Amino acid sequence: MAKLFAITLVVIAIVSAIPILRHTWAAPEDISTHGALIDEQMSETMAEAGISFLAAQFILAFFVWKFSNPGPDAKIKRFPGGAKGLVIAALLVVGIEVMALGIFGVKAWANVYLTPPSADALPIQVQAGQFAFYFRYPGPDGKFGGLHPELINEGTQNIFGLDPEHDVAARDDIVTAELAIPVNKEVHLLMHSKDVGHSFFVRELRVQQDFVPGLDVSLHFTATKVGKYEIVCTQLCGLGHYNMKAYLEVMSQPDFDNWLKQQAGQ
Amino acid sequence: MHDLSVHAAPHHAPPTSFIRKHIFSLDHKVIGKQYYGLALAAAFIGMFLSWLMRIHLAWNSAAIPGLQLLSSTGAPGGVMTPEYYLQLMTMHGTIMVFFVLTTAPFAAFGNYFLPIQVGAEDMPFPHFNMMSFWVTFAAFLVLMSSFFVGDGPTLGGWTQYAPLNAIGSVGGPGQGAGVVLWAISIALFCIGQLLGALNFITTTLDLRVKGMSLMRLPLSAWGWFITSCMGLTAFAVLMPACILVILDHVAGTSFFVASGLVLNDQMLPHSGGSTLLWQHLFWFFGHPEVYIAIVPGIGVVSHILLANMRRPMLSQRTLIYSMGALAILSYMVYGHHMFVSGMNPFSSLAFSFPTLVITIPSTIVVLIWTFSLYGSKLRINSASLFALGFISMFVSGGVSGFFLAQPSIDIMLHATYFVVGHFHLVMGVAAMFGIFGGTYFWFPKVTGRMMNETLGKLHFWLSFVGAYCIFMPFHYLGMAGNVRRYSSFVDDFLQPLIPVHRFITVAALVTGAAQLIFLYNLFHSRFRGEPASDNPWQATSLEWSTATPPPFDNFGGKHPVVYHDPFQYGVQSSVGDYVMQASPEMVKTEFEEK
Repeated sequence: MAKLFAITLVVIAIVSAIPILRHTWAAPEDISTHGALIDEQMSETMAEAGISFLAAQFILAFFVWKFSNPGPDAKIKRFPGGAKGLVIAALLVVGIEVMALGIFGVKAWANVYLTPPSADALPIQVQAGQFAFYFRYPGPDGKFGGLHPELINEGTQNIFGLDPEHDVAARDDIVTAELAIPVNKEVHLLMHSKDVGHSFFVRELRVQQDFVPGLDVSLHFTATKVGKYEIVCTQLCGLGHYNMKAYLEVMSQPDFDNWLKQQAGQ
Repeated sequence: MHDLSVHAAPHHAPPTSFIRKHIFSLDHKVIGKQYYGLALAAAFIGMFLSWLMRIHLAWNSAAIPGLQLLSSTGAPGGVMTPEYYLQLMTMHGTIMVFFVLTTAPFAAFGNYFLPIQVGAEDMPFPHFNMMSFWVTFAAFLVLMSSFFVGDGPTLGGWTQYAPLNAIGSVGGPGQGAGVVLWAISIALFCIGQLLGALNFITTTLDLRVKGMSLMRLPLSAWGWFITSCMGLTAFAVLMPACILVILDHVAGTSFFVASGLVLNDQMLPHSGGSTLLWQHLFWFFGHPEVYIAIVPGIGVVSHILLANMRRPMLSQRTLIYSMGALAILSYMVYGHHMFVSGMNPFSSLAFSFPTLVITIPSTIVVLIWTFSLYGSKLRINSASLFALGFISMFVSGGVSGFFLAQPSIDIMLHATYFVVGHFHLVMGVAAMFGIFGGTYFWFPKVTGRMMNETLGKLHFWLSFVGAYCIFMPFHYLGMAGNVRRYSSFVDDFLQPLIPVHRFITVAALVTGAAQLIFLYNLFHSRFRGEPASDNPWQATSLEWSTATPPPFDNFGGKHPVVYHDPFQYGVQSSVGDYVMQASPEMVKTEFEEK
């Protein structure tokens, strides 16, 4: 039975590793300027985690195979170096490994979260609410009108609670159910929640950020490839959480300008 | 070494009435069994809920026959609604984390065996101890009652994030009474565990018998002691947090609800509260909680391995210090659940470093276990198989933690099935294996009978292979971006992953069915198992030196004296290759701790 355990463990470890090595189920292609560092961090971590995983399972299997059901003359043996060597190895090898990963990972994180958006980034407001995302562009005047939650009325399609009657800046604001952005131009999302917690996740963009009721959260990125991508909610927000999504359309600048004009006309 | 136990131990007379013997018992052994029974019932309910969830995810529009009997609104015609899926999911998580993973490894085994392992007659506060079980039981009943009120249990996940947890039924089905019942249940649970923690800590520190220094405590006792210290501080934070949620529902407060929120085109009346406050309070509890779930298992697995390797651990001190390090570090890492929550991104970096560092004591524990197997005389039985399985699962689950500890990688993995796979491997499997191993190991002492070994091994193989078949694919799903807590997979990118979900569901149903083998073995062996000697494993700790089952006061009026640490295996004594802790026999030991 010990040998069966050892064999089973080795088979499980190898079978588990196969889909990783073959990239059977992997993240989609990165279409962002900041994603390469994240992907690199992921690969390095996968290599180190993978080696640790396989080594630990194989050694466990080997020892169970070799040291069970001993014969009558078998003697207890102490692993050379005892605990001291192992503790030092753990402190040094694992310690250096995790610190290196931590330190090298700072830049990947900082690029997204600790750098301010550039001054000419395209500002777009995002409002998340049970169970849809809506987006607001500032319009030709370049200014967002004020938000008045008490005016929100989905029946009359006043999603953001704008007051165009009294607020000049709000009159040309463009509200859409789809997020269109120009390719290779930095976008600055200004995110708020209408009701409960939600989250914004676009796998290809390598971004995920929660909406926090009561806070305005900022997120910036640049998309590098034209295409249509899914935005999904990842913070449990109620019964419609599974269905809360929108599309991100990355377009050429001329196409984006046309799209915006069309949306404004509506 | 001092022996306070003679003076500090409560000398309550043996019970005579049926109620005092079996229901409102002051005896820590009965209380331990009651906790075990509660955890067993909770585990099967939690598992049944997971079956319902998995069937729905794999075959979304299928009618599950009879489900409409559980809830006609939640599953009309047996087809699960999205809200009912979330409600079942919330109850699954809450039941499993609290009523199984905190109750069984800590409250059940710890209550039964900690006093015996230190040499005491009972815990110092038997009335508090009895209260701790009954308060926990009441908490369970309150939680279960939410299935049967109004629009059902809360749907906000076991993590109950704000403001969804505080705005009432306008947030969705179950968000009114369902949340209030959840919060009352958990607040009661916290009280129960606080009463228990008081007893565990004082038992360990004050009731050790003569000769039982702290360093001579078995590793299982150390596991329970360290866990109870964590419990004292963690549950003490969750309880007021639950009270604040209840106040937001019933007293018009807004602790967790900000101003200016709108639902159904109506402004919510709340103002001034903080969404993130709940997350800080919850995870300050929540992270130590997962170590509360695993540290007893680390202690129990060490204890089982020792008896089955027939040699000391390479270093017992190192294991104790590592468990202590895990406990202390567990308080410094909680923000890793909040990397993308909107908290200050500098804080995310700050939390990631201790999270990475906690890998070190975890690695040390695995290394000590594995390299103690080197040169041992390993016995294979159901208990030792589950202990070895624990090591494998702890490695697998721990390794995925590597990824989640880094904020930059968490951008891609947060709220995906990768996280669900990670915590199920460490909690849903490894901690459960600790419970199973402890059961097979200690069953003979509690009942005087052995569990059936053939059934035990069958249970192990099906569970071990089955659990890997269920939870390893969760990681692949997560890497592909499969978001968690979805009742259906409607997004374009999720369609190709549905076959993986079907594979997982089949594996889950088979593995779940295998647990019925364990249940059968438990009950059948209780009445028809092979009679066991007082020390069938030839083990050293004090529970094996007393009668089977232990008498009312554990040692039959005698106070044992301890002469040895619990590691005296691989020696030559008059009884074999071991010396019991309470044996005055002195032998030559080659592996004495310096």
